[in-house]
Amino acid sequence: MSGESVIEIEGLVKTFGPVRALDGLDLKVAPGEVHGFLGPNGAGKSTTIRVLLGLLRKDAGSVSLLQGDPWREAASLHRRLAYVPGDVSLWPNLTGGEAIDLLGRLRGGIDPARRADLIERFELDPTKRGRSYSKGNRQKVALVAAFAADVELLLLDEPTSGLDPLKEETFTELVEEFRAGGGTVLLSSHILAEVEKLCDRVSIIRAGRIVEAGTLTDLRHLTRTSVDVTLGGSPAGIDELPGVHDAVVEGQRVRCQVETDQLDALLGALHQRGVRTLVCQPPTLEELFLRHYGDETGDEAGDETGDQADGQRGAEVGETA
Amino acid sequence: MSGLSGSLLLLRGHLRRDRWMILWWSLASAAVFWSQGGAMANLYATQAEFDKAAASLEGNAAFIAMLGPARALDTVGGQAFWQSSAFCAVLAGLMSMFVIGRHTRAEEESGRDELVRSGAIGRYAPLVAALLAAVVANVVLGLATAAGLLALRGDSPLRGMPLPVADSVASGVGLAACGIVFSATALVAAQLTQSTRTMYGIAGIVLGAAYLLRAVGDLGNGVASWLSPIGWYQAMHPYSGLRWWPLAVMLVGAAVGLGLAVLLFGRRDVGSGILAARPGPPTAGRSLHSSLGLAWRLQRGSVIGWTLGLAVSGLAYGSMGDSVEDLVGDSGFAVDAVAGGQADNLLDGFYGTALVMLALLAAGFAISSAGRPRAEEEATHLESVLVAGVPRQTWLAGHLLVTVAGTFAVLLAGGLGLGAGYAAMTGDLDAFRRYGVPVVAYLAPVLALSGLTRLLYGVAPRRLWLAWVALGFCVVVLMFGDVLELPDWMQSLSPFHQMPLVPAEEFDITPFLLVAAVAALLSGAGQMAFRRRDIG
Repeated sequence: MSGESVIEIEGLVKTFGPVRALDGLDLKVAPGEVHGFLGPNGAGKSTTIRVLLGLLRKDAGSVSLLQGDPWREAASLHRRLAYVPGDVSLWPNLTGGEAIDLLGRLRGGIDPARRADLIERFELDPTKRGRSYSKGNRQKVALVAAFAADVELLLLDEPTSGLDPLKEETFTELVEEFRAGGGTVLLSSHILAEVEKLCDRVSIIRAGRIVEAGTLTDLRHLTRTSVDVTLGGSPAGIDELPGVHDAVVEGQRVRCQVETDQLDALLGALHQRGVRTLVCQPPTLEELFLRHYGDETGDEAGDETGDQADGQRGAEVGETA
Repeated sequence: MSGLSGSLLLLRGHLRRDRWMILWWSLASAAVFWSQGGAMANLYATQAEFDKAAASLEGNAAFIAMLGPARALDTVGGQAFWQSSAFCAVLAGLMSMFVIGRHTRAEEESGRDELVRSGAIGRYAPLVAALLAAVVANVVLGLATAAGLLALRGDSPLRGMPLPVADSVASGVGLAACGIVFSATALVAAQLTQSTRTMYGIAGIVLGAAYLLRAVGDLGNGVASWLSPIGWYQAMHPYSGLRWWPLAVMLVGAAVGLGLAVLLFGRRDVGSGILAARPGPPTAGRSLHSSLGLAWRLQRGSVIGWTLGLAVSGLAYGSMGDSVEDLVGDSGFAVDAVAGGQADNLLDGFYGTALVMLALLAAGFAISSAGRPRAEEEATHLESVLVAGVPRQTWLAGHLLVTVAGTFAVLLAGGLGLGAGYAAMTGDLDAFRRYGVPVVAYLAPVLALSGLTRLLYGVAPRRLWLAWVALGFCVVVLMFGDVLELPDWMQSLSPFHQMPLVPAEEFDITPFLLVAAVAALLSGAGQMAFRRRDIG
């Protein structure tokens, strides 16, 4: 498997003067998967992508991209991939259409039908000059150029920033089409709903290292499920079961978090006491994400996020129960 | 009035941002007047020599077209004003255009204007604050100019010394008023288009038209000069029967411009222009096919502009024709200063020096063109091109090719312009070969400076400005090297110092090839270093 990885990074270190932007980063992306790359601003997502693009030189570690060396074989590898940055800058006096054609021709040609179809789907006006496009429209120009390219890999660094929800939907469709055609995607994003919808696997980066990687199911398994239950009998003792955290008892209602591998034991205990209503929610990606960053500011932050998540879920109780 | 609230607050911010820029423009203008005035005393030892030069200048139509109506050229003040006023009026016009542009249209284009307007700022405050900033800038420039002229003292046998105080003050005040008129026209231009570049284009055309109208009027019956703010300024006749009333014409002109700008502003939305932005081509033309095509597209405007600029500069030198000998007089200092010490063949010496000057100007293009890749990198356009599969070396080589070919074109345009000017004045077509073509010898030192720029780009892109320091050094060595008694080894660091003063001295292929080899080495080293460094 490892020999076939589209991206394989081990122990990558990149420093800028005294700042260690990447500190032993490991990342593996398998062919045909959409890989989510999560982390807050400054965690090292863009630096990683720029090393993969051969724009930055690594200080240590090994990096393989499409079985090649992204630094030495940059140009030939680039013909097999496309990249969309989070903040697209266009030539001020070239129109969007000219920029799309130029970038396509530099790769060796662009399919006019594909180009026309993408421009229509994104509702892009290709006759405007780069300087007069809004943020979202600049993003669309780069997306059209990227999806029009005939490539194996897409490196997307917060590609949908500034897009309206309809165009975000278009983007989601295009990524799914690309995957259906056998393509691989590395998607760095802040929009967790987008990642949750699209990604097969996720890597979470923090301070230049990957702190968690796996399928969403794997990641969920490592964390806690939230349970909101109203019992027929007394809830006494529920909060002392192994793996149960943050239990709040109000009369016969219990809200708590349970480690996912202890869920079965908790459900057994609840069943004995008689369940009237039950809402059982797997952790959202947002919770996974916040849990990793929550302990950066101490445990309190983690608890707060738990409460917030509970509040959100309250609205869905009727429906689920 | 609430429409103006916040104007002074904005003005304070503008002046803080502009203070250095205003200072440099003002010093430049003051230096032009001051040095032109000072040069007379050095160039001409006696009034008789001065009269001879004045008589030859008065009849030269090319000079009148370039500078203005010839008045009182046998006085130091008259000469200084004649030689400086049109040039400095253009200087004040350019300064005004940039001050107005950066505080109005550029702010709107970047969206910063919206942020400002969301505060407690009156509707007309940004407009008025920008104009006030330009007024302040022009007043400072005018005062500096007057101060420069007032500082001209010293004993001189020439007529008109010491300069009359009122005329010196009027030269400064009139220049400020002229600049304020151009501020108002720039403010009108800022209402017209959405793009700052186009606004500068329009304001620049207005400035150019003012210069041309003036030239046409000065050569003819004078009517067209009255359509030009530069003509209004020169109509004050400092040092030749000073009159103040044209000042009122200029102030009325500025007020009309301001009124028009306010009217236009009231008819448009913030962020848009009166002229709607035209759509561009939806697909790319054939020239945008490679990174070389892109490099040419990006630098095209600058190559054309510099080529025209050098051609006009060359034309200006050449149009002095063979009257140079009368102008220079007999003093040893003058021969040194303008003809590289070539007293035996003054004409060849003079045009040899002119060619070096043109080459130094061309070096300005070569350095800015070699620095263009840095701008592309900073704007993250470079990564888009690289990620589309273009190797780094190919991309940089595309820009290199444009720089080298562009430098050749710019340099040659200067030489041919000079030849054309000379031929037009004297009817001697051989001037192209004798005074025009030799400029090509300077391709090597000019490219050496561009090679240095490329080396800096590869090794230390943040220190790109050092290339301009190197050009400044070459200028100092050339113009003042002997006066300052700089040691030989230091002078020989300038690539221009290695070259013979063609056509006064014989062209020599050895130093040409040597300097060209250094240029290639520097450039190649920069290219190698660029392959190995981080982008961004």
